[in-house]
Amino acid sequence: MKVSYFPGCTLKNKAKDLDMYAYKSAEVLGVTLEEIENWQCCGGVFTTANDEVATKLSSIRALKYAGDKEQPLVTVCSACHNVIKQTNHAMQTNSAFADKVNRYMAADGSYKGETEVYHYLEMLRDLVGFDVIKEKVVNTLKGKKIAAYYGCLLLRPNKVMRMDDPENPTIMEDLIKSLGADAVVYAKRNECCGGYISLESPDAAKKNSIAIIENAKVNGAQMIITACPLCKYNLEKCGADIPVVYFTELLAEALGVKEDTNA
Amino acid sequence: MQRVGVFVCWCGSNIAGTVDVEAVSEALKSEPGVVFSTNYQYMCSQAGQDMIKDAVKEHNLTGIVVCSCSPRMHEATFRKTAAAAGLNPYMVEIANIREQCSWVHKDVLTGTEKAIILGKAAVAKVNLNTPLIPGESPVTKRALVIGGGIAGIQTALDIADAGFEVDIVEKKPTIGGKMAQLDKTFPTLDCAACILTPKMVDVAQNEKIRIFSYSEVTEVQGFVGNFDVTIKKNARYVKEEICTGCGACVEKCPMKKIPNEFNLGMDNRSAIYIPFAQAVPKVATIDPNACNMLKNGKCGVCSKVCAAGAIDYTQKDEYINEKYGAIVVATGFNPISMDKFDEFAYNQSKDVITSLEFERLTNAAGPSAGKLVRPSDGKHPHTIVFVQCVGSRCESCAEKGKEYCSKICCMYTAKHAMLTRDKYPDTEVYVFYIDVRTPGKNFDEFYRRAVEEYGVKYVKGMVGKVTPEGDKLKVQASDLIANKQLHIDADLVVLAAAIEPDKSARPLATMLTASMDTNDFFTEAHPKLRPVESPTAGVFLSGACQGPKDIPETVSQAGAAASKVIGLLAKDKLTGNPCVANSNELMCNGCSSCANVCPYGAISYEDKEFRMPDRTTKVRRVAVVNPAVCQGCGACTVACPSGAMDLKGFANSQIMAEVDAICK
Repeated sequence: MKVSYFPGCTLKNKAKDLDMYAYKSAEVLGVTLEEIENWQCCGGVFTTANDEVATKLSSIRALKYAGDKEQPLVTVCSACHNVIKQTNHAMQTNSAFADKVNRYMAADGSYKGETEVYHYLEMLRDLVGFDVIKEKVVNTLKGKKIAAYYGCLLLRPNKVMRMDDPENPTIMEDLIKSLGADAVVYAKRNECCGGYISLESPDAAKKNSIAIIENAKVNGAQMIITACPLCKYNLEKCGADIPVVYFTELLAEALGVKEDTNA
Repeated sequence: MQRVGVFVCWCGSNIAGTVDVEAVSEALKSEPGVVFSTNYQYMCSQAGQDMIKDAVKEHNLTGIVVCSCSPRMHEATFRKTAAAAGLNPYMVEIANIREQCSWVHKDVLTGTEKAIILGKAAVAKVNLNTPLIPGESPVTKRALVIGGGIAGIQTALDIADAGFEVDIVEKKPTIGGKMAQLDKTFPTLDCAACILTPKMVDVAQNEKIRIFSYSEVTEVQGFVGNFDVTIKKNARYVKEEICTGCGACVEKCPMKKIPNEFNLGMDNRSAIYIPFAQAVPKVATIDPNACNMLKNGKCGVCSKVCAAGAIDYTQKDEYINEKYGAIVVATGFNPISMDKFDEFAYNQSKDVITSLEFERLTNAAGPSAGKLVRPSDGKHPHTIVFVQCVGSRCESCAEKGKEYCSKICCMYTAKHAMLTRDKYPDTEVYVFYIDVRTPGKNFDEFYRRAVEEYGVKYVKGMVGKVTPEGDKLKVQASDLIANKQLHIDADLVVLAAAIEPDKSARPLATMLTASMDTNDFFTEAHPKLRPVESPTAGVFLSGACQGPKDIPETVSQAGAAASKVIGLLAKDKLTGNPCVANSNELMCNGCSSCANVCPYGAISYEDKEFRMPDRTTKVRRVAVVNPAVCQGCGACTVACPSGAMDLKGFANSQIMAEVDAICK
């Protein structure tokens, strides 16, 4: 299976691991990630301002690129996924916005929101299947207690994301279980890590992040996995004393392709 | 050809003010079939009616057109007048020249012109009228009440009190419903069991009432006055007539670790059980999923200890057929599942409970013998947070909650908060709310007492997150009035879960062809004027199956439903509405379009033999309308692609004649 892949800017520098292991793991699972040519930043944050079009155009170019190849568009960064899915939803539901966008896009041809957008986790669940992953595991993670950290952007707003129950999600826990490890369920797994507030008020972000890590640890977690570079940054920055890794790294480890990449 | 008389009413100045009534009666004189036309000040008065009767005799009239007010007002009056003059009452047509004409027009010219057109349409129709005779059907003098909660109990008692027989079908092993699980009732705080159990005993002792407990309705056929119902009595593996309810079996049963439904799983029961001490019927029931004897034939202790010899491991489900004249739905409600509301950590902590669980925790017969303790460690909670509207008024989250207000939560939460502060004054009690809605007799005073006398801390705002940490529940919430975030370390969190109709309601509605709204509440025939009747004749509604209700409201509705049933059962025969659909079997091709749109289930199909033009015989499937069930809505006549279906009194030809008269 071939899919179009939008990595996002952080994945090419700070969050290289998230990107690299995504590629490696997908290969094992029989999925080829075809990186979009000349992709640009997704726009960073999805602004709900009605007259704001410019920052959404790069997302739309990526969506159209995948659409022209008749492939689903897969992203792995929580923030990129959020922006691209919300932009696509706006193209489908807001005709005034879609019309405006298509005037800007005139040179590239029109786009109406036809492309299907998957987060890498959704791809694992819906296109690959956790049962298939289970069969491909070579290094079982049996006995490890791993806590999934969703953050705020991955599942919300639910009306648009349509990925999992935002208050009681299971998608990452199911992944952890399929890799043989124990999934730790804890209340703060979908609370905000502090996000960009770490720039302006590092203490506020720290308070949030510490509360999340403490809550995971109280429930027995030995490791936290996440899909978001900013979450990982905030959780680590606050002084986490348990490892915080990208879920793709854990996946690569279980699938036996982590060492290869290091070598 | 008909001989039609036209009678134009002035209605004082109501019609005559904007319609030239003289011109109308003059214009209609020349319409086809009209042999007499006149006008009068008040047609509905005795003098006016006499004028009609005299004209019928004098001019040998066969049809009557009255140009007057809406037929909803006086159609029945003029039909009676016609009958008194020896005409078939369905030979009367009303042209409404008041509500839809004189009242809405300002100038006489327009008003008069329109009145004439409406009169012409009525004349055109009456020319095609045929005498109609309503059918009669007998009434089975027995009622069925589905659901044995307080709604079903009250309805059954009231019907029995009027001397009619009633059967209650209850799917649980005992009647009593949700009210039996409650501790105290608002606003008077009398104990629920103290006022409910005497009623349960009344039901058991009433000779007119039969209880089918542990049973369900599986099939409903027939129509108002003549329902044919199949009731499935689930095997309880105990002979109901013999069991004395002594409880020896319950005590000796070795399987004691079965979650007790009555206490919402907060303690255990044995495999053979009596739900609670005052159960009616007080008979044991064996849970087939838990009993060793039934699962693998190894045990049999209950059979050995039963002095009455009531245990019967070979008992089978039993099907009973019974006839009823009326059916009352009283299937009640349940709190919604909290699975999708994990921001409150219901699935993560035993100390996050629903309000119904709180009722059991404070009930003397509950799992903690009435002591308010934390389910996790049995300790007394010092800080309790109540969260209202969990899943109610949930517009943005309709996929997991309900858009409507569950209505009862504000009052029971005030009750819980007040009782806690009364019994345990050292406890800090918070209530988070969107709005406090406590209308009702002595209701708002009750809530004010909780705040003013008992010092319950009401906070306008919602709880965003509950995080179990150690033995505390960290509650994060917003106080909208103080505009700040609150962090409370609570020992117990109580969720006022939204309520929804019982899951059995939807399949039951299909069986009864009774309509439901999008939330699966049964729809009433009219939201204001016929609140306890379903639009399906002979089906009545009692209690929360029709919408969220507290006990006082439920009991009033139960009584109202009973009085409607009594009104029906008191009749020996039912006179139908003759304006019903009927199918021309020669034109019907058996496509089922009509049956698919019929909201009352009045259409069935029969295989009939037809002589074909070539003298052969052919069997064809054709539609047959049951006139006792048909309500004359006309949906089928529109749906029928071959024009076979027609409505008596409103035939396609009559309606087309009216349209032609208007457009001429």
